[in-house]
Amino acid sequence: MMGEVGRLQPQFPTLARQREADHFGMLIFLTTEVLIFGGLFAALFVLRAEHGAEYVKSSKAMHLWLGGLNTAVLLTSSAVVALMVEAVKAGGARLAKWLLSGAIALGLMFLAIKFTEYGLEYRDGLVPHLSPRNLHGGPDTLFMDLYFAATGLHALHVTAGLALLASLIWPFGAAPRDSSAVLAGNAALYWHLVDVIWVFLYPTLYLAR
Amino acid sequence: MTEAKSQVNPRMSQEAIPDTAEERVSYLAEGHTLKSWLTTTDHKRIAILFLLSITFFFFCGGIAAALIRLDLLTPAPDLLSNDGYNRAFSLHGIIMVWFFLIPSIPTTFGNFLIPLMIGARDLAFPRLNLASWYIFVLGGLATLATVVLGGVDTGWTFYTPFSSTYSNGAVFMALTAVFISGFSSILTGINFIVTVHKLRCPGMTWGRLPLFVWAHFATAIIFVLATPVLTIALVLVALERVFGIGIFDPRLGGDPLLFQHLFWFYSHPAVYIMILPAMGVVSELITNAAHKQIFGYWFVAGSAIAIAVIGFMVWGHHMFVSGQSAYASAIFSFLSIVVAVPSAIKVYNWTATLHKGDIVIDGPLLYALGFIGLFTVGGLTGLMLAMLAIDVHVTDTYFVVAHFHFIMVGGSVSAFFGALHFWWPKVTGRLYNDVWARLSAILIFCGFVMTFAPQFLLGYEGMPRRYHVYPAVFQPLNVMSSVGASILAVAYLLPFTYLFWSLRYGKPAGPNPWGATGLEWTTPSPPPKHNFETVPIVDKQAYCYPVGGRGEQSRPRTQKADDDG
Repeated sequence: MMGEVGRLQPQFPTLARQREADHFGMLIFLTTEVLIFGGLFAALFVLRAEHGAEYVKSSKAMHLWLGGLNTAVLLTSSAVVALMVEAVKAGGARLAKWLLSGAIALGLMFLAIKFTEYGLEYRDGLVPHLSPRNLHGGPDTLFMDLYFAATGLHALHVTAGLALLASLIWPFGAAPRDSSAVLAGNAALYWHLVDVIWVFLYPTLYLAR
Repeated sequence: MTEAKSQVNPRMSQEAIPDTAEERVSYLAEGHTLKSWLTTTDHKRIAILFLLSITFFFFCGGIAAALIRLDLLTPAPDLLSNDGYNRAFSLHGIIMVWFFLIPSIPTTFGNFLIPLMIGARDLAFPRLNLASWYIFVLGGLATLATVVLGGVDTGWTFYTPFSSTYSNGAVFMALTAVFISGFSSILTGINFIVTVHKLRCPGMTWGRLPLFVWAHFATAIIFVLATPVLTIALVLVALERVFGIGIFDPRLGGDPLLFQHLFWFYSHPAVYIMILPAMGVVSELITNAAHKQIFGYWFVAGSAIAIAVIGFMVWGHHMFVSGQSAYASAIFSFLSIVVAVPSAIKVYNWTATLHKGDIVIDGPLLYALGFIGLFTVGGLTGLMLAMLAIDVHVTDTYFVVAHFHFIMVGGSVSAFFGALHFWWPKVTGRLYNDVWARLSAILIFCGFVMTFAPQFLLGYEGMPRRYHVYPAVFQPLNVMSSVGASILAVAYLLPFTYLFWSLRYGKPAGPNPWGATGLEWTTPSPPPKHNFETVPIVDKQAYCYPVGGRGEQSRPRTQKADDDG
């Protein structure tokens, strides 16, 4: 997706065109990511439509405040990443590095809170198969299954995003050399996508009460 | 371009023609080691890799088809067991849809020609392009692994709850295989869209793009927007199969119909993935054979986009008997009729292009005409199936099987062979024998009609699909279909003989053997590694054939006509 940033590839007439193409390719790729989650949202909406009362009941068992905290954490990290791109563009390599580290720390915090939440759900007996003692009936179990599928897939995306952000500072630090912010910009776009998906997952799972 | 060195008449001497000057600097000469092929990022070489792989899968799927047709020769289950038959048609469907038809024209000719047609040196992301091939091969190997693991018996549609709960075949492996191949499609789609947007050479405006490129642009949009939905649908089935999570199981609050919605949201647009590139090919073949500007350029280009867009809104016509609301069915029925309009526009415009054209009847044109005829029959029966009342009567019968084979095999595969013949001189630099090409085009058409026309009758009289034991009254038509299939098999093998022959004995093609317009014909055949010596500049519409004459032709159209050397 992101050719070699600094060097003009033979198929492009100009470096500017190459950057546009990298950016455009990333946006299209993100569209496919949105559609992958689309299937999960469809499944959740169908469950909500067919078993509304059970869905609301299951949703009420969610740890609303932990989810809310996670939303704040992820949104903040997205803001930090946006600042990072500006810093890279302005040539502030040191600042960019610090901002990246901050965003990564927030991303790790998101994962930590998420897994704490999984632990609490295990304690509450809300995990299908593993500790299903407080799950009543099919729709309730299905809600939790979809919850784990959706948030699990999202967590995978968070992990991929973190790896992408980390690759900008380690091992050689592409961010400082990336004056047009192609790599940084594309990594940031991916991180924003991770954020946006969460912004839709949160109300669908936690606030549908 | 320089003339080829050798003027030996290949038919007289039966000696291989030595390399031409073009061939020595072509993309084919860039390296002869296996490594040079497996690590290439040249779109032309990757196209060849895809061509070899999909040809392999075409024969794998063909073997399964042969088993099916042999078993259907008699009403008794004498060749395959019940399970064996289920596995044969499932394997046939999965391989033919995802490992031949969907990648067929886009990954081979699309890959090879899009950069050449728009005056670019490569696709925008060459390494993604190579990754796409590796992913495709991995998916293909996973499909073949299902055969070893005991086969899959769900049909290519993987309908729940059978696939998720009851089937005891290697469903998980098959899901994995299709899941993997989806990423190949997505990468190809991203690459095409970005390439068409960002790498057109100076003067190559949207209004001057060859229709082949328009068709692939529309296809790429479907690749990108539909494939991810299949990906998640397959993941959900796999989760349900492995963990029993119940998304498609009504006992657990799930909805089995949800799978059909998700599946057809991908798979109906996927039908257009299979047919749109074929339409692009036919637009090129027809204009070149008629030596005329296409009739209604913007209508043909726009109808490709219209098909891609409307194609996303018709999936419910696969579910008329599923119990969805009559209101939804009526809307889907209406939209399915609407999507026929752009297809009809294309057919009318191709025929109008031929009208009063300076027509040369040769192999590529015969394939294109075969496409138009068979696609029209397939399309009109598709309209019948879009009508609620008729569809309820013929759902899951051979009528449906015949309909989609007319579109996919009669349409797409004919166009694939047409493209293979039309661009073979460009890809390989050699001319084949056009008499054989015409013969095999006619044979494919006849074999095809004999195979699938009886299936319309079978289906209308009530023979259901996916059964291999049937009442004796259906036998004559089934025998006819199986005999036709054997003709079709021979007809499909035929091109491989004379095309391979041409690699060694065929005459050098020269840059433009058909006298065609289009940037790909301005390069030597086969093209050099970076396609163009200097960046081309376009100042004409596409298909700008001189009025009342033919385009500049580097060499006569056929090998036969030029035997005097």
